[in-house]
Amino acid sequence: MKTLYDKLWEEHHVTQLDSGESLLYIDRHYLHEVTSPQAFEGLSKKNLKPWRLDANIATPDHNVPTTRGNNFTSDLINDEISKIQVVELDKNCNKFGIKQFDIQSNKQGIVHVIGPELGYTLPGMTIVCGDSHTSTHGALGCLAMGIGTSEVEHVLATQCLKVSKLKNMNVRFEGVPHENVSSKDIVLYLIGKIGTAGGTGYAIEFSGSYIDKLSVEGRMTICNMAIEAGAKVGLIAPDETTIDYVKKNSFLDKELLNQAKQYWKSLRTDDKAVFDNEIEIDVSKIKPQVTWGTSPEMVVNFDDPIPTIIDSNEENQKNVELARSYMGIQNESKLSDLVFDKVFIGSCTNSRIEDLRQAAEIVKGKTIAENISEAIVVPGSGLVKEQAENEGLDKVFTDAGFIWRDPGCSMCLGMNPDQLKPHERCASTSNRNFEGRQGYLGRTHLMSPIMAAFTAINGTVGDPS
Amino acid sequence: MKSNSEGLIIDGVVAHIDRDNIDTDQIIPTEYLKSIKKFGFEDYLFDGWRYKDDGKLGVTKEERIIDESFILNKEPYNESKILLSRDNFGCGSSREHAVWALRDFGIKAVIASSFGDIFYNNSFKNGLLPIILGKNEIEFLFSESKQNVLELSIDLEKKEIIYNQKCITFAVEKHLIDRIIFGLDDIDITFKDKDKIIDFEKNRISTRPWIFK
Repeated sequence: MKTLYDKLWEEHHVTQLDSGESLLYIDRHYLHEVTSPQAFEGLSKKNLKPWRLDANIATPDHNVPTTRGNNFTSDLINDEISKIQVVELDKNCNKFGIKQFDIQSNKQGIVHVIGPELGYTLPGMTIVCGDSHTSTHGALGCLAMGIGTSEVEHVLATQCLKVSKLKNMNVRFEGVPHENVSSKDIVLYLIGKIGTAGGTGYAIEFSGSYIDKLSVEGRMTICNMAIEAGAKVGLIAPDETTIDYVKKNSFLDKELLNQAKQYWKSLRTDDKAVFDNEIEIDVSKIKPQVTWGTSPEMVVNFDDPIPTIIDSNEENQKNVELARSYMGIQNESKLSDLVFDKVFIGSCTNSRIEDLRQAAEIVKGKTIAENISEAIVVPGSGLVKEQAENEGLDKVFTDAGFIWRDPGCSMCLGMNPDQLKPHERCASTSNRNFEGRQGYLGRTHLMSPIMAAFTAINGTVGDPS
Repeated sequence: MKSNSEGLIIDGVVAHIDRDNIDTDQIIPTEYLKSIKKFGFEDYLFDGWRYKDDGKLGVTKEERIIDESFILNKEPYNESKILLSRDNFGCGSSREHAVWALRDFGIKAVIASSFGDIFYNNSFKNGLLPIILGKNEIEFLFSESKQNVLELSIDLEKKEIIYNQKCITFAVEKHLIDRIIFGLDDIDITFKDKDKIIDFEKNRISTRPWIFK
């Protein structure tokens, strides 16, 4: 009796090494400009070529400005150092013959958004990328994980990854959530429960009646943040919802798709398979979640008090004290007492069409609050942007005072000019509220697109219903 | 690292940072990930805590406002080879730059009660030894380190930490520590199985052809 993870592991197992590790064959390798240059350099120094060119797909996303407009090219990037990195990706892709959706392409975008939407992520694949949010692709039933630059080089050279097997965890989400509670709230709630190291050493399979009814976009948000629970692998068994999504985006011919479908249907955990750890969560009890501190596990219901040193256990007091201090929380007792400066809707967690639709629904016909100096919407890809514009969502946002941008990672990590200024407080749909993540001394509160949109309108956190 | 008659030893001053969940954004902020090089990250290690101003890639330590209260800015910790921390060290992003920054600063070992999976794995590929100890042992080392400058000697082959004739053993998989001891190159090792990879791929092309389109 095997879990989905066990099956994917065995399917890609090339050989067991003397060390006890295994070589896993990698079906798809995504590359971006930040973690690849040193790997390409290593390849050149060893006089090696990529093992299988068509396994690799590249796009620039972390550094790209989001105010590009039409006819923008890599050499127009203002930040000289960012420009070098993006140009370097162009050069490496040309030199080695790797397919790239470059800065000019209408299909460019955040690597974890474009992979699935362009049909390069398929159920049953092993997928790696030099980015921890590669776990996102597990939403389509893939064994997908983030790797370091040494491993990027290793995968380019050998088409294999040297790994030890993870343990199996099952998180079952049961029930029907309240209105205005989205997959982002569900995964933040989980991280709050098990902590940012709760999933360390595990591959987490998400299942249950909530997941069964969830869209592929929503599933991607959950698997994306598995890494924030410590698990480098998050995955969901492919079902009809997955197969419909794949069919819609696939470039494969019908015959091949039908052949693949037979195999994809076998990708599920056997009924009697045993997990090393199992958690069940009733999603009907979950309220919108908002982080208050500097770790994704520092999260509460939007209307709960912000934890203080007094109500923390001894072990956690120092963490609470440091986080409150960094976040500039003094006498405020609730999140609704905090005044926000900026709003960011985007990132590989929440920049897909469904996220933008949910946010637009809240914003429609309203205007952003006076205290919000900037609210930006950054679609995850060129295709998401185009779709949103076809639906008129860009107009909904701009009418309300939001700025509508070009695709990229943007303010999730501020490698491009989209950054917080010191002490600015931001409602963000991204995935990490670490110190300085969105800009030097910036203060990040993670939340769903619905809650971020509401915060933009309301000026502070509140009840969107 | 030096070799003595008993094998490989890391010995030096321990710098302690008493926090849980030190993420890779703290170890090295995103600004410095714009470098396309694999070395030269020493001035940017713990940038947000080491300096009182906002840095940029290419701006050196000498041009910054140093936070004198941060442990790595104080003697003798500015030459520490060993870092002591708590839970979930290196969580967050997969950036290998975090390991490169520690390595370039001169850190050879990090002792913590747990590590982020990707960071842990990246460490061994760059000669940095992550050591997992139980919470009581971590607490003991913190209390010692906070009282006096703590110097430890770590024996890689015996997997022992020696302090004042006391000995704390640690567990680490042999193949991982061997990478540090022998400086092994993973690509060379994997190429020994080249034929197996070729056979596996051939089989996969015929059974799962849609992957290769």
